[in-house]
Amino acid sequence: MDRPRGFAFYGLAGIFCLYVLFLYGPTLTILALSFQGPSGGLTFPMNGVSTHWFAKLWEGVGVVDIWAALRRSLMLGLVVMILTVALAFYAGLAFRKGFWGAGLVFALAVSSLIVPSIVVSLGIGLEFRLLDDAVKALADATGWGLLQDHGTFMGLYSSALGAHLTWTLPFGLLIMFAVFNRFSPAYEEAARDLGATGAQTLRHVVVPILAPALVGVALFGFTLSFDELARTSQAIGGRNTLPLELQGLTTTVTTPEIYALGTTTTAFSALVIGTALGLTVWLQKRRARRALAGLRP
Amino acid sequence: MNVELIGLTKRYGTAIAVDAIDLKVPSGAYCCLLGPSGCGKTTTLRMIGGHERASAGDVVIGPKAVGDATPAERGTAMMFQSYALFPHLDARDNVAFSLRMRGVGKAERRAKAMAMLDLVQMGHLAGRLPAQLSGGQQQRVALARALVTGPKVLLLDEPLSALDPFLRVRMRVELKRIQTELGLTFIHVTHSQEEAMALSDLVVVMNAGRIEQAADPRTVFERPATAFVARFIGGHNVIRLPDGMIAVRADRMRLGDEAGPGALAARVVAVEYQGTSVHVGLDADGLERPPEALAESSPAALTAVLSDSAFAARPLRPGDTIPVGWDAAAAHRLDA
Repeated sequence: MDRPRGFAFYGLAGIFCLYVLFLYGPTLTILALSFQGPSGGLTFPMNGVSTHWFAKLWEGVGVVDIWAALRRSLMLGLVVMILTVALAFYAGLAFRKGFWGAGLVFALAVSSLIVPSIVVSLGIGLEFRLLDDAVKALADATGWGLLQDHGTFMGLYSSALGAHLTWTLPFGLLIMFAVFNRFSPAYEEAARDLGATGAQTLRHVVVPILAPALVGVALFGFTLSFDELARTSQAIGGRNTLPLELQGLTTTVTTPEIYALGTTTTAFSALVIGTALGLTVWLQKRRARRALAGLRP
Repeated sequence: MNVELIGLTKRYGTAIAVDAIDLKVPSGAYCCLLGPSGCGKTTTLRMIGGHERASAGDVVIGPKAVGDATPAERGTAMMFQSYALFPHLDARDNVAFSLRMRGVGKAERRAKAMAMLDLVQMGHLAGRLPAQLSGGQQQRVALARALVTGPKVLLLDEPLSALDPFLRVRMRVELKRIQTELGLTFIHVTHSQEEAMALSDLVVVMNAGRIEQAADPRTVFERPATAFVARFIGGHNVIRLPDGMIAVRADRMRLGDEAGPGALAARVVAVEYQGTSVHVGLDADGLERPPEALAESSPAALTAVLSDSAFAARPLRPGDTIPVGWDAAAAHRLDA
C-alpha cells in the first residue's frame, strides 16, 4: 500500500475533479451571479456585489406571482411525497411476498420511466381533454344543471399529481426493492412468533426498522416532484408550478433577478433535505444516547 | 408439555424435505434434532413452531393437535438462528415485545422483562441496543424474549452456531441449566454431534428427511442403528463384512500383537496427537473409505484411538505397516 501513486491515480482523480466541477459548477455560477451589482448584467464579469436582485425578487416578478407558484409546488411535492412513500412501501411488501403477474406489473410500472416524459405529459393532457369533452357532450345532451359549468378536470391535484406519480412511483418502488432485499424476514417471523398480528408487525417492527429508508424515499419523491418540468408541462391545467414559471421567466426576464430566484429555490431544496437528514441523525443520536444511559441503571 | 409428530411431511413441489416422520418427545425433555445440512431438521422445527405449514401429518402439543394454529396459540416459542433481535429496541423492550403485543401495561411488562433478563444474567445491560451487545449477550436476550410469555415448548434453531468455540460451551451449560430450572421441553436443532451428546435426553438423528434413530445419547453411541448414524455421530469405524455391516468404536480397535487372528495388514496413513489420546489413520486393501461428506477428520478407511501412554509405548509413523483387528464383542451389527 505504500507504493507511490501511479499515473492511473492522477488520471482518475483528474476525471473525478472534472466531474465534480461539471456537477456543481453551474449551481455555483448562478449563486455568484445572483449577487450581481445593481448595474450588472446576466453574464460575468460581476459589476459589484449586492443583494439588489433578491430585493427586486421580493417585490415580485412582473405579473407572475412567484410565491404562489412556490406554494403550489411545495404542496404538490408534499402530497406526491406522502403518496409515493405509502404506495411504494405497500407495493414493495406485495412484490416481496410475490403474486400472480408480478413480473408484468413490474414491467408496466418501470416502463413509465422509459417513455419520454414529454410524451407521457402530452398523453395525460389529451386524456383529460377527452374526459372534459365527454362531460360537455353529456351536459349538452341532458341539460343537467350541475354539469353546465364544467370547465376542466385538469389541475394541480388531478392531472399534475398523476403526472408526478408516473415519475416518482417507479423510483420509489425500485428503492423499496433494494431495501427489502436486505431486510431479513426473520424479524417478521420473530414478531409473529411473539404473538404480533400482521398489522402490529408492520407498525412495531417493519416500519421502525425501515424508517431511514422510508425517509429516503420521501426525500426522493419530494425533490423529483419539486423540480419536475417535462411531465408537468402539458398536464398542469390553469396554474403553473414553480419550475414552469421559471421556464417562462427565462424568456421574459433579462436581469439577474432570475438568478436570485434560482439561488432561492436551490437554498429552499437544500433546506428541506438538510432538515430531513438532520432529523434522521438526531433520532439516531437520541436512540444511542438513551441506550448509553441504559448502561448506568 | 410432550410433543408428538405423526406422519409429519413437508414437500416443496416434488422435492420432499421431511418424509412422514413420527416422533414422541416426552414433557420436560431436552431433545436434539441432529443431522447434516439439508436433512430436514430445521423444516421439522419450523413446522412444530407453526412457521411452516405441514404438507401432511400433524403436530400434537400436549393434549391437542395444533394444525394451522399460530405460534402463540401453540404455546411454543422459537429462538432463531440469527436471534432476530429487533435492532431498534433495547434489550428490555425486546424482551417485553410479546407482552406489549398482548396489551400488558408498561410498568408490568417492564418488570416482567427485567425479571427474565435477570434469569439470563443480562439485567445490567437491559438498556443496550442489540448492536451494542456481543453474540453471547444477544443470545441471552433472545432466550429471555422467547421465555417471557411462559411457553411450554422452546424451539431452538442452531442457537450456538454463531458463537466462538469457548462461548459455545459456556452457553451450552447455560441452556441446560435454564431448561432444568424451568422444566420446559426444549427442541434444539444442531449439526454438531458433540452438542447433541452434551445436551440431550433424546437425540434424533435425521438424514434425507427421515429419522435414522431416536434414542438417548448413550444408546445412539453404543448401538448406532445404521451406518449413517455410526459415521455421523463419530468415533466409529464402519466396516463391511461378507455378511453385513458392523460398527466398531475407534477406541476398541486393536493394533499389533493384540489384533488377534483375523487381523488385516494395514498401512498407517495419519497420526494425530490429541493430548490424552492419539488418532491413528489406517488404510488396508479391500476396505472402503467413508463418504467424503461424513469423513470426520482423516480420509483414512479406519481410525484407531490409542491412549497417549499406549501410543508412547509403541509409537507409529505414517508408512508403517501393522496388523489391525477388533474384539468380537466390540463389533456392533448395523441395519444398513
